[in-house]
Amino acid sequence: MRSEARLGLALLLTPLLLWLSLLIFLPHVDIFLVSLRERIGVGKYQISFANYLTFFNEPLYLWTFFRTAVMSMLATVITLLIAFPVSYYIAKMVKGRVQSGLFLLCLVPFWVSELVRTFGWMILLRETGIFSKLLQAIGLSDGPVEMLYNDGAIMLGLVYTSMLFMVVPLVTTLESLPDEVIEAGYDLGGNGVSVLREIIIPHAMPGIVSGCIVVFMLSLGNYLTPTMLGGKESLWFTELIYSQFIVRFNWELGAAFGFMLLILSSAIVWGMLKLTGQSLEKTMG
Amino acid sequence: MIPSIPQPRFLTAAYTAYVVLFFIFLALPLVVVAVFAFNDSQFPSLPWEGFTWNWFFGSERPMIGVFHERSILRAIGTSGFVALFVSVLSVCVGLSNAFLFNRYRFRGQGVLYVLMLLPLVIPGIVLGISILVFSSRIANGLWDGFGMDVEALRPGLLLVVLGQFSFITTISTLVIGARLKKFDRTLEEAALNLGAGHLTAIRTITLPYLAPAMIGAFVVAFLMSFENFNTTLMLVGSDAPLTIAMFDRLKEGSTPLLNAVSLLLMVGSSCLALIMIAFQRKA
Repeated sequence: MRSEARLGLALLLTPLLLWLSLLIFLPHVDIFLVSLRERIGVGKYQISFANYLTFFNEPLYLWTFFRTAVMSMLATVITLLIAFPVSYYIAKMVKGRVQSGLFLLCLVPFWVSELVRTFGWMILLRETGIFSKLLQAIGLSDGPVEMLYNDGAIMLGLVYTSMLFMVVPLVTTLESLPDEVIEAGYDLGGNGVSVLREIIIPHAMPGIVSGCIVVFMLSLGNYLTPTMLGGKESLWFTELIYSQFIVRFNWELGAAFGFMLLILSSAIVWGMLKLTGQSLEKTMG
Repeated sequence: MIPSIPQPRFLTAAYTAYVVLFFIFLALPLVVVAVFAFNDSQFPSLPWEGFTWNWFFGSERPMIGVFHERSILRAIGTSGFVALFVSVLSVCVGLSNAFLFNRYRFRGQGVLYVLMLLPLVIPGIVLGISILVFSSRIANGLWDGFGMDVEALRPGLLLVVLGQFSFITTISTLVIGARLKKFDRTLEEAALNLGAGHLTAIRTITLPYLAPAMIGAFVVAFLMSFENFNTTLMLVGSDAPLTIAMFDRLKEGSTPLLNAVSLLLMVGSSCLALIMIAFQRKA
């Protein structure tokens, strides 16, 4: 019996360990090693921090790095602010059929590819697009209006694309809050604001944190939306990684960029968990 | 604010209006993409030139429809092939992981569980480049050491499958694990009491119970793989899956052909989603 259990454990551990070591752990160790490599001749390399120095000494790289981080955080906050009232409405204001119907409606856009969603916004926003034509038709503008290729368009695309990942955890946590608790809050003399601050938000915290983590990650690592909706000036850090790897074929610098992105995302996720006293198992698992 | 507590009329009305606006915001880009698939014009934009099916069935230039456009059809095939592999693989490994974390207690389990969750918080593009770098290192090593040229380790479909598998497996593990947690183990014990072996008990009792979650995980994995862009972008070789093929076209400029493909995608994924919901209902 005991040896049978041991065999079972070994059999079940094998795929997990193979997966985590070959596809996650070793590849990341490897890009770290590659990022430490400096090319000193044809096929000759030495270990140095040259790639990281290049990153820190080139204002464009640093600027893009911080821009991407700040804009991703902004996108996360905006998504949270838009999604919270909607999630609360779905979780608490409606019941039964309407509730599950609205929840499903929220999911629908995300069954289709991000590419399609971005394409939709391009059709709406571009100079010859729907909004521009509408503005001209009702006389608010004399000529075509270009609303694409700027940071606002990127922000819109990011918020739209990540909405689902905020709404789903929020609805799930808010639903588990009993109505009686909210009523008790009012009975004890609370008003809308204090009930929200003292009862609803603390209860929804795990949902808020997991939503924010996922949205932040998705925005930070997004390539499609900034490339399609952003202009020449609006660089995104993933675009730098892509161009080093695929266009310039400078894998060493690209690997250093990739590693910086990984550090940034881990640091911010970790900080968010620590700040709110949550753990990864609780928010994701 | 909840329905059982009276609120001023205008406040509830404003709240409802906000939610309606939100849903319009969600629907807008998709509706626009769908509608312009039927515009009889070279560009997916106003003015409306009349209704046409040509972007689906047209066979002559300048309006070649989806069903006559070889490259798009091939890309759909490639995506389907990749997605099928990824979802089968990730459901199998996910099932094994779910049993591992549910049924066994061993040292280092907590650490492994956190490690298992990590792929969700690694940017897709970083996963892509790390697998690209690692597999090229192995390929170069094999070439230098043994003179073997392993084409499969160069950018191409195998790497795309592995790259997508590497994070989709986390999701399938979570989906299947959530249902396994709710399983009543006494049912399995009853089967054992009635003389079934361990494997028979799992096959006849536990696996049927897990079936809805496995189908759910399969559909989610299939859709995530089909839509994946970031990881695929870094690992793709000469056979481009649909998202990459469409991206390349979109960079050159858009025709309603892309709207038609998008509409087909929407219909396809809604059908898959409906199938999944139907199965979940039955469970």
